[in-house]
Amino acid sequence: MTEQMTGAQALVRALEQVGVDTVFGIPGGAILPAYDPLYDSKKVRHVLVRHEQGAGHAAEGYAQATGKVGVCMATSGPGATNLVTPIADAYMDSVPIVAITGQVASKAIGTDAFQEADISGITMPITKHNFLVTDAADIPRTIVEAFHIAASGRPGPVLVDISKDALQATTTFSWPVQMQLPGYRPVTRPHSKQIREAARLITEAKRPVLYVGGGVHKARASDELFELAELTGIPVITTLMARGTFPDSHKQHLGMPGMHGTVAAVGALQRSDLMIVLGARFDDRVTGRLDTFAPGAKVVHADIDPAEISKNRHADVPIVGDCKEVIADLVAAIKASAVKGDYAEWWRHLEAYRETYALGYETYEDGSLAPQYIMERISELVGPEAIYVAGVGQHQMWASQFIGYENPGSFINSGGAGTMGFAVPAAMGAKMGRPEKEVWAIDGDGCFQMTNQELATCALEGVPVKIAVINNGNLGMVRQWQTLFYEERYSNTDLQASRRIPDFVKLAEAYGCVGLRCERPEDVDDTIRKAMEITDMPVVIDFVVHQDAMVWPMVAAGTSNDDIKYARDMAPKWEHED
Amino acid sequence: MSRHTLSVLVENKPGVLARVSALFSRRGFNIDSLAVGPTEHADVSRMTIVVNVEDLPLEQVTKQLNKLVNVLKIVELDTNQSVQRELMLIKVRADADSRSHVLELVNLFRARCVDVAPDAVTIEVTGTVDKLEAFVRVLEPFGIKELVQSGMVAIGRGARSITDRSLRALDRTA
Repeated sequence: MTEQMTGAQALVRALEQVGVDTVFGIPGGAILPAYDPLYDSKKVRHVLVRHEQGAGHAAEGYAQATGKVGVCMATSGPGATNLVTPIADAYMDSVPIVAITGQVASKAIGTDAFQEADISGITMPITKHNFLVTDAADIPRTIVEAFHIAASGRPGPVLVDISKDALQATTTFSWPVQMQLPGYRPVTRPHSKQIREAARLITEAKRPVLYVGGGVHKARASDELFELAELTGIPVITTLMARGTFPDSHKQHLGMPGMHGTVAAVGALQRSDLMIVLGARFDDRVTGRLDTFAPGAKVVHADIDPAEISKNRHADVPIVGDCKEVIADLVAAIKASAVKGDYAEWWRHLEAYRETYALGYETYEDGSLAPQYIMERISELVGPEAIYVAGVGQHQMWASQFIGYENPGSFINSGGAGTMGFAVPAAMGAKMGRPEKEVWAIDGDGCFQMTNQELATCALEGVPVKIAVINNGNLGMVRQWQTLFYEERYSNTDLQASRRIPDFVKLAEAYGCVGLRCERPEDVDDTIRKAMEITDMPVVIDFVVHQDAMVWPMVAAGTSNDDIKYARDMAPKWEHED
Repeated sequence: MSRHTLSVLVENKPGVLARVSALFSRRGFNIDSLAVGPTEHADVSRMTIVVNVEDLPLEQVTKQLNKLVNVLKIVELDTNQSVQRELMLIKVRADADSRSHVLELVNLFRARCVDVAPDAVTIEVTGTVDKLEAFVRVLEPFGIKELVQSGMVAIGRGARSITDRSLRALDRTA
């Protein structure tokens, strides 16, 4: 197929050819040529957002809910720089998105032209790769390469910056195009010798743990993980990025590790003699003080990114490969092994941790709402088939701890970057990608006020998401640190909720959404049900909660996981030690 | 800390040097020396990077470099198994009295005099880091007016080439 057309037409045609159905963006001067053929596209729906940050997070939500590459588009200069935060977010959480930005005309590049910013330079350290295209003929091939890089290997964001003259120039469009990426060869097949060695360690271990990260879901390997867990009987721990990859209801599941993980999960890692690390990266929020993390454990570390292996923690058995193949091969190797692991003694300890230090929370005699209770009720009433989306902070941790996840990909949140304002646009993107799913954003009142302008997009585009704002009137997680580490000096964390500026119910209504408010435990169920009944409009619920609620357990930053507290000044007794 | 010499084959595209050098600074690694130039293949450039790091961070830097899409191949060159050279141009004070002494040293070090003025000479010298340092030391008493030095370039000894296979991969996609 060969046809004469403009670079802009070639861009839209290439997007159609690689299967794009949704683009989130805002037009502007430099990208304007691309918006003209986009107007005519029957295959690509452009969603006009209210802020480019919203476009980027929406693309992330779309990508994580569908498994496809999310796409966002912006103009040059400030349009492009507004994408920086979501691009950084996608980089930290390995989310496949392609960001397309307009650039000033190639002759004007470097002259400090109007709305010029060196966005490829700016995003170099936060993209998997980026391109600056100044020749119309390069546009189709670059789009194919960008989508391939974003989705393959360890996924990540790719930026394609296209100069305005390249969009306007006439070129010959031919399809298919040949990629030219001689230096890009992700390894997906694990080495069989390493698999055998890992299987040997697994069957010989006395206190093994499966430490499961976001890479397992990205590899669509939750079935394989389930088989491995059931085959071996080894306890499973799912990181923040892996919640739902293994069912919370499964008896081998110990919960989330790390700073706000369960005592059972943290304790299991600390006392393990073998960590089988699958698609996880020893984030500092998981390990606590690195030199005291799981001191007695050998490490089998499988990841598709070789640079993650032995980056923070030495791997005794490094396995580079796609988790789907790695886990399937491990299952086969363990089945073939004559030795069977015996973990009865290990489980006796773990059961004791789990029973003694189950997750709990404080309730309030004055009748005010405990945020954790709201999570429990949403979990119960909305159920595990929904997609939950959170930003960063206390609400995110409660959403991880107190909602039961049974399905892979059912919890989308900003993990590595910890981006406030992620939830509303990401929920919008998730709902657009999976319209048949009920999508609930769990947001904080601080986060919500960073990107709630996308409620307008949701209302106008017909995206009936539910936004549960856990409103404690404060930047809650920061306040919690001030309570614990700054002598209750609440410097600049009070958002003055009592004055209701803004009033979230009125704000919702102003944006064409339904606004509900709930302030008492006895109203929680009715409010959730009411929100569930509304299926044709976005719903915002202002859950006014007690401002002193804290996230427990907690490992203070920079301390050892051994010093975990399950409530303020309450350390678990590890007396089940032999 | 120890010095390591990395030969990095990269696609000859705009911005590749920025990607490589930014990666070093972002990950907190110091570059002792960096030289870039063309190779026998028009689409491939070769960087010789000298870093001063422990073995473990070096492994991390190599892995991170390998993740750059434009990087084709990385080889660490062993000092004993490779030829390593730097080029230096030095402008030394030399008048009628001292010129012959300076030229004697130029001959001893197998350097070359490339420019002569009434009160100075400019010398070109190539060699290993040690040789260049020694040469500078002996010239210092005469008064060094200006000095410029290239990064190190290095190539493995023997018949094997590090470019063969990478170039085949490149030809396939062309």
